[in-house]
Amino acid sequence: MKEEKKKSHKPRWADLDLSNEKLIKMYKDMLMIRRFEERSAQEYGKGKIGGFCHLYIGQEATGVGAIAALRENDDFIYTAYRDHGLALARGMDAKGCMAELFGKVTGVSKGIGGSMHFYDLSKGFMGGWGIVGGHPPLAAGSAFATKYQGRDSVTICFMGEASTNQGVFHETLNMAQLWKLPVIFICENNGYGMGTAISRAMAGEHLFEKAAGYEMARGAVNGMDVIEMYREMSIAIDRARTESLPTFLEARTYRFRGHSMSDPGQYRTKEELEEYKKRDPIETFAKELIAEGILTEAEIEAFDEAIKTEVDEAVQFADASPQPPLEMLHENVYA
Amino acid sequence: MAVLQIREAINQAIAEEMERDPGVFIMGEEVAQYNGAYKVTQGLWKRFGDKRVIDTPITEAGFAGIGIGAAMTGIGIRPIVEMMTWNFAILAFDQIMNHAAKARYMSAGQFKMPIVFRGPNGPAHMLGAQHSQALESMVAHVPGLIVMTPSTPYDAKGMLKAAIRDDNPVIFMESELMYGIKGEVPDEEYLIPIGKGDIKREGTDVTIIAWTKMVAVALKAAEELEKEGISAEVIDPRTLRPLDEEMILTSVRKTNRCVIVEDSWPYASVGTEIAHRIHTKAFDDLDAPVEKINSADVPMPYAENLEHEALPSPAKVVAAVKKVLYR
Ligand SMILES: Cc1ncc(C[n+]2csc(CCOP(=O)(O)OP(=O)(O)O)c2C)c(N)n1
Ligand SMILES: [Mg+2]
Repeated sequence: MKEEKKKSHKPRWADLDLSNEKLIKMYKDMLMIRRFEERSAQEYGKGKIGGFCHLYIGQEATGVGAIAALRENDDFIYTAYRDHGLALARGMDAKGCMAELFGKVTGVSKGIGGSMHFYDLSKGFMGGWGIVGGHPPLAAGSAFATKYQGRDSVTICFMGEASTNQGVFHETLNMAQLWKLPVIFICENNGYGMGTAISRAMAGEHLFEKAAGYEMARGAVNGMDVIEMYREMSIAIDRARTESLPTFLEARTYRFRGHSMSDPGQYRTKEELEEYKKRDPIETFAKELIAEGILTEAEIEAFDEAIKTEVDEAVQFADASPQPPLEMLHENVYA
Repeated sequence: MAVLQIREAINQAIAEEMERDPGVFIMGEEVAQYNGAYKVTQGLWKRFGDKRVIDTPITEAGFAGIGIGAAMTGIGIRPIVEMMTWNFAILAFDQIMNHAAKARYMSAGQFKMPIVFRGPNGPAHMLGAQHSQALESMVAHVPGLIVMTPSTPYDAKGMLKAAIRDDNPVIFMESELMYGIKGEVPDEEYLIPIGKGDIKREGTDVTIIAWTKMVAVALKAAEELEKEGISAEVIDPRTLRPLDEEMILTSVRKTNRCVIVEDSWPYASVGTEIAHRIHTKAFDDLDAPVEKINSADVPMPYAENLEHEALPSPAKVVAAVKKVLYR
């Protein structure tokens, strides 16, 4: 009886186009983000990184699950300042990302952008924006452009839940639906905008219903679960690609660290944080991959070692790289 | 006299005015329970409660407008609207420029606009292009707005109290990097009138004009210059609109030379206006054209070396002074 059950058992992603290879890549991508961000925090403490530094730790599944569902080259990604993890998930090199944090010319934005402004046009990674609510219309504009040119590309736009209180967010949703733009808004609801819990800043309880006023396809997804993210994004991407319609997806997630490096996080309880850490998106996925016989403990251990080495190398590369030459100060103000 | 940080001086000004006038309240992002992104409003929420110390959603245009609407009813409300930084207040410029600045004029004086918009302005350290903008010229451009830029704890407190009591919309621009700067603040009440500048250091050979963070840069340059036998007078207009033209012209007529230091961009800056006024009103007293030191005419880069290169420095001011002295 037991044997039989085992035989007929299918993983919950059986209906998705997820090969073992792809699943493993998603796992590694999440782990890379975690280790990269942990190291960023350390380097920030040493004064190697300046300014603001917003870590993605805890939210890895949201970004990796969503980006894994995209095409590799001709889809576009927009996000706010919490952008390191998404850049890595898009396949941007850890070396270039770390060098950007260090303000070095070898960085992804040549040291000009900094933590909040990672870009790689060749990968459709459109950044990296610092004004809360500023970038969603740009993402809609990207969708407008690809539709205009008759391409079947889609644009995905990550944003914090607090940015949905900005007026321009609503202007954007309206036009995206009105003009049927192939854009997916992924609202990363981590419960807080800086020190303000969502309930203190937003009227109404159901974030995703903000899209209801525009009759946009919408829903909530467990953003701590990389498979669920992938599933919902696949549906939304299909809708965008084949029907040219937007989607608003609320990804329920949590950030394990402070808003930025200077935030002691006194606005939330230790218990709340611990509760969420029990749902650590990387640990839970690791367990599942082991249970499904896709990975072994030893393999996971080995990945971690390899990734730590890669992050080490990224730090060494960033450290050894030169600052941008002074002539660059006046470059690129105009075309 | 107590020695206070600028953040504490501003905090006292707000608390005293809230104590004095029940119509004064403060709102902004993180001003209440978080005690302010830069701890300027520390303790105010505990002391005055939810009604008068209000956390807003991140929606600058919206709460700026709500402040404006509350102020213009004429029923005794005097909002203080904190902008987490002036970079974000750009979202509220429609409300500030199109609404707050014009309501009185368009209504032929029916509406008063007793509101203060305050927060840090100008580059801080390695915050990148979208978070490192000195925007005083943009607001000073607009008739109907008052623009104040304190550089010491003493000034900050007296100026803010005057701003809160004024019936015009006041743009009050501070600096993240200056909140920790300490200085003496009298225990008794005082106000610093709008439009009144201050001589920060007396001198005879050259006038250096600067405000907020740039006052320290000018004073440092003055120290350097003294070593070379050059006596620099450092003056701080404190209010950029209306300008203390009297103080500026008096100083320039004495020294015959002038350098203006600002960390905004050079193009159409407040310094451009000041230089123009000096050139037209004290032309015969000038021994050299007025010089201006600004931030580089570029969006601020992140890299530390480039940011340093972009910003005004005492060395750049010293060089400009030597230029107007033909040395
Ligand atoms: C227009 C604007 N106002 C304020 C800020 C300062 N600020 C930066 S992030 C942030 C909180 C945003 O929260 P949320 O959108 O939920 O994103 P999260 O940080 O949680 O990823 C605030 C207030 C800003 N960058 N831009
Ligand atoms: Mg959030």
